[in-house]
Amino acid sequence: MTDEELDTFAGQLDQILSSVASVGEVAAADVPPTSHAVPLTNVFREDAPREGLSQQQALSGAPAAEQGRFRVPRILGEEQ
Amino acid sequence: MTATLLDYDEVLERFDPVLGLEVHVELSTATKMFCGCSTAFGAEPNTQVCPVCLGLPGSLPVVNGAGVESAIRIGLALNCEIADWCRFARKNYFYPDQPKNFQTSQYDEPICFDGYLDVELSEGEIVRIGIERAHMEEDTGKMLHVGGATGRIHGADHSLLDYNRSGVPLIEIVTKPIEGAGARAPEVARAYVTALRDLVRSLGVSDVRMDQGSMRCDANVSLRPLGTETFGTRTETKNVNSLRSVQRAVRFEMCRQAAVLTDGGEIVQETRHFHETDGSTTAGRRKETSEDYRYFPEPDLVPIAPSHAWVERLRATLPEKPAEHRKRIQADWKLSDEELRDLVSAGAVELVEATVAAGADSEAARGWWVSYLLQQANTREIELAELPITPEHVARVIALVAGGELTTALARQVVDGVLAGEGEPDAVVEARGLKVVSDDSALTAAVDEALAAQPDVAEKIRGGKVAAAGAIVGAVMKATSGQADAKRVRELILERCGG
Repeated sequence: MTDEELDTFAGQLDQILSSVASVGEVAAADVPPTSHAVPLTNVFREDAPREGLSQQQALSGAPAAEQGRFRVPRILGEEQ
Repeated sequence: MTATLLDYDEVLERFDPVLGLEVHVELSTATKMFCGCSTAFGAEPNTQVCPVCLGLPGSLPVVNGAGVESAIRIGLALNCEIADWCRFARKNYFYPDQPKNFQTSQYDEPICFDGYLDVELSEGEIVRIGIERAHMEEDTGKMLHVGGATGRIHGADHSLLDYNRSGVPLIEIVTKPIEGAGARAPEVARAYVTALRDLVRSLGVSDVRMDQGSMRCDANVSLRPLGTETFGTRTETKNVNSLRSVQRAVRFEMCRQAAVLTDGGEIVQETRHFHETDGSTTAGRRKETSEDYRYFPEPDLVPIAPSHAWVERLRATLPEKPAEHRKRIQADWKLSDEELRDLVSAGAVELVEATVAAGADSEAARGWWVSYLLQQANTREIELAELPITPEHVARVIALVAGGELTTALARQVVDGVLAGEGEPDAVVEARGLKVVSDDSALTAAVDEALAAQPDVAEKIRGGKVAAAGAIVGAVMKATSGQADAKRVRELILERCGG
């Protein structure tokens, strides 16, 4: 990064931080965090099967496929 | 690498085990938890998938109401509180078994919490196991590791993913720490998983087949020096897939951890893999803490707020509890305490009931399941329910015996045939030619032949020594390959000797 860029970004960073900090003025301890903007509960679906995608459609966006399955590179690390 | 183990008695002289059991139950709803894809088993790979369970951009999940009802019913059966408001959460992790890069689960707001399950040990003693929580989540896809020698992830060249199972509803049931079990810790673990399986099966919300993966158990085990309070570091043995394995895995971990601790070592918090062949566990991954999963409330699903009325309506649908149920069958079938215990410990209650429902007499049904079939299961080291024979088959065999078409010895051969995959009982009788020879003319011919072959014995019988007929009966049975009714043979012998 050039010194010039650093000067530009330092100013921007400062702006960003102060904008975010203004949220803190509103979010007092007695205001619970919002997870949902709409006050809805209990939206359920019937337990009735619906046609999904065909295997061909499902795999159409896959970078690689084999034996009707998505093919992924070697997984490093342990089994989950 | 073989782990060093401390002798079990020595483990108990020095340490106090603490257990925690996490059981995943796959619900038998018709569709997945968050989309309408079918959950039917055995379909071609990636044919029961849609944009939601493939995590495609722009797709939105909707909760399966039947899944929530099943979760609440399981919670109620486990004497849990039902949350009056709860949310789903995203459990973020990067692994190809979940195409969304997160699993939709519940975090700090489980739908069911704070319950218990009373568990009966083999001696008849009841132990109360505390239930921490039961929450809703979804299953992952199935991986196939290609290019390695053993199909395991190590040495594989690449992996293949089938997402048919991805999104199938799961209920995870977590116990509170189980303390004070001491020497019986492995037995308590097994008894708990057995009782939980029976309970969930009685609710009809899952087929709870451990051998098929619709019920899976992770066993957390830690040790602390006797007389101390603080929990030791625990390990989590994953995917222990039979009741017997639950018991073995807990015992193995107790002996392994005790050896490490006694040697001055430290237990590493990690997952461990269980090996059916020798009952051992080996190290898996270092255990993540919940922070690593960056849980946050699922923004795409609205909260669930079960009304009091809804919960009570579900409570009214709960069946008789397994313990009460056992009391009732004990009375109905007139069983002694010991007979009931044998029936329960064999895992035969439902099987006998189903056999009775298929028309068999309860005593005959019990006889087959807790003696001959139990022996077969033990020989194969599997659970009774895993034997490839159904209660309907057993009922049919019992009916054939009752109708005089099979002797007990022949009936065993028929059962052997069914177990060997030769088909339904009637087909086995046909294919193996096992029908009792009830045709008198054929039997008479065999009797005459046997009498002619042993003229001295025949003479004795004619002279009034009826007891001598036994030798002829034996010869006839041999000649008919055991397919004759011995009683009828005897009658015929006496008839032919003018008795």
